[in-house]
Amino acid sequence: MALLQIAEPGRSAAPHQHRLAVGIDLGTTNSLVATVSSGIARVLGDADGRMLLPSVVRYRDDAVDVGHSAQAAQVEDPRNTIVSVKRFMGRALADIEGASTLPYALLDTPGMLSLDTCRGVLSPVEVSADILRTLRSRAEGALGGELVGAVITVPAYFDDAQRQATKDAARLAGINVLRLLNEPTAAAIAYGLDNAAQGVFAIYDLGGGTFDISILKLSQGMFEVLSTAGDASLGGDDFDHRIADWLRANLALAATSPGETRMMLARARAAKEALSSAPAATLTGELDDGRTFALELTRDTFESITADLVTRSMTPVRRALRDAGVAADEVDGVVMVGGSTRMPQVRDAVRRLFQREPLTDLDPDEVVALGAAMQANVLAGNAAGGDADWLLLDVCPLSLGLETMGGLVEKIIPRNTTIPAARAQEFTTCKDGQTAMAVHVLQGERELVADCRSLARFELRGIPPMVAGAPRIRVTFQIDADGMLSVSAREQTSGTAAHIEVKPSYGLSDNQIADMLNDASDKADADMALRMLREAQVDARRLVDATEAALAQDGHDLLSKEEFNDIQTAMFALSEELESGDDLPRLKRATEALNTATTHFAGLRMDAGIRRALSGTRISELQA
Amino acid sequence: MTITISEAAARHIRKSLDKRGQGVGLRLAVKTSGCSGLAYALEFADVTEADDRLFESHGVTVLVDPKSLAFLDGTELDFVREGLNEGFKFNNPNVKSACGCGESFGV
Repeated sequence: MALLQIAEPGRSAAPHQHRLAVGIDLGTTNSLVATVSSGIARVLGDADGRMLLPSVVRYRDDAVDVGHSAQAAQVEDPRNTIVSVKRFMGRALADIEGASTLPYALLDTPGMLSLDTCRGVLSPVEVSADILRTLRSRAEGALGGELVGAVITVPAYFDDAQRQATKDAARLAGINVLRLLNEPTAAAIAYGLDNAAQGVFAIYDLGGGTFDISILKLSQGMFEVLSTAGDASLGGDDFDHRIADWLRANLALAATSPGETRMMLARARAAKEALSSAPAATLTGELDDGRTFALELTRDTFESITADLVTRSMTPVRRALRDAGVAADEVDGVVMVGGSTRMPQVRDAVRRLFQREPLTDLDPDEVVALGAAMQANVLAGNAAGGDADWLLLDVCPLSLGLETMGGLVEKIIPRNTTIPAARAQEFTTCKDGQTAMAVHVLQGERELVADCRSLARFELRGIPPMVAGAPRIRVTFQIDADGMLSVSAREQTSGTAAHIEVKPSYGLSDNQIADMLNDASDKADADMALRMLREAQVDARRLVDATEAALAQDGHDLLSKEEFNDIQTAMFALSEELESGDDLPRLKRATEALNTATTHFAGLRMDAGIRRALSGTRISELQA
Repeated sequence: MTITISEAAARHIRKSLDKRGQGVGLRLAVKTSGCSGLAYALEFADVTEADDRLFESHGVTVLVDPKSLAFLDGTELDFVREGLNEGFKFNNPNVKSACGCGESFGV
């Protein structure tokens, strides 16, 4: 107890308030929120006492459902029911494997893909924000006050764009992010500190959509992440898909409707969970054509159709061990994280590799959230005494560097450097009298710029003209404790400097976030619609101009009068649509019509072009 | 229902009241505040409220309002020196949990 002093009447100092802080595990399949009260971390449940919030959001015309109710609507409304949105965070459409098999209307928007729902076009950030908002109100309801902040966990393998997308989602949900924390590190906090363990530990985290392996060193309450590796697209979902594939094969179905796919995946998940404790599970359901099925899946079959998935997780495990310079038998314990580690075949594989029984004391679904809550409690300033003293060293998951001549990447901060970190390197010009230099910041392990992820570009101008190689330009990379990067360049002789905070490469600026916060999603939707309209208008204008030029050039020679008139009619219709308006569907239809009308003409022109090019040329010359 | 004051505490309270030059005694109270739900308040008292309970001990009057008394029953108020600090300490048998900061408690 602190010692008190006597105060004047009514002047007693109020003691500090408990600052409400939570840890959030924003998972692919399920999300959780946890807090520390009276020194004990616990997960906060919903009104019905359910801890896991399915990371599922259903958009309806007049409402947004999150969690169990949304999950229940998966089969009936697959297009507007978004599951596993975490896989889309900070990703472009091209990054998503098997995007065409997903039941959503995915749009290839610049930087990050978006989803077309009945509530308009939404980015994965907005969908994630809806999940976070639900967790926030759950926490505020349970704790009876406003949150000071939250620690949100991300897979160790998330790159800067994905981390920033997560931060943005939290801001949209009105959550102050105290820190982003790598999921395996959070698991280590939950286990390592509670059990006061020492030694080298491996965190095997097989979640719904991501796999992470981290090698951690714990000693005297301080722990250091030695290495991380993983597979950003391997998780429990893949096991569900294998079962669904097996179903499809056994039912001799070539293709399934989105509704059927959803239904089969839901059945597959239920069967998978049942198989963790039972030797066999029965899958039943009804297809669109009214046929019903009831098939039994044995654990042996399940294990054989998923064996390669388990094996696939072992490659990153070996890489992480190699990076850490640790042999499998030197690991003092393996922490199992993620619901998928309940599968017996996963535990067996881990047991075989490490030659020891994996740790499963804590609920594998909750362990990350609990660790995040402990970290949040310390960061919010609630922890007193020994707890507040522990130090956490984290690493950057991917190398950071910049582009040099010839499209090569010069790495400045190698992967697995402990953060926060700052590194500098000197560069120079390659041409005489060069007064500017472009700095292109990249993330990744590959040597070529094209193979790495572009994070940012900026220019250093005002370099005094000198012969090539004379200027000394010092480029400094700095990563803060959240893993966010800032880069600065400075010419040493003149002192000219330029600086950039690496923003998400999908390009949401602070102002845009503020706008989105102010006007909720309405304005963002309008912005997106406007952008699509502008793009369509540009395309249409280009098509009209090209058609006009082509008709003038050889329309009369190549086309019958009738064909000529058809094309001209379609062209005028599109021009009119361009003049009059802002109706996107009509503009698209008119563009399509002109495209169709001119297809034949385009073919004729190409033939004519080839004829022209060949006329007067001898066959012998052609062959030569 | 009782509250006691150690001799060291009484000596310090008398000294403080003398230095201040006025006041009928010392008011002990419990406020709903702080991170563990409740916090102590220790103030000079210039007036006695109608429903105050008064406790006399070592020549010092302690005033407690009835709401606070429920949380303070059996408490001994002590004055201690811990390292470089000196101050009042509540030895309250009702306390079930205390915040690490020491200013706040729960029952």
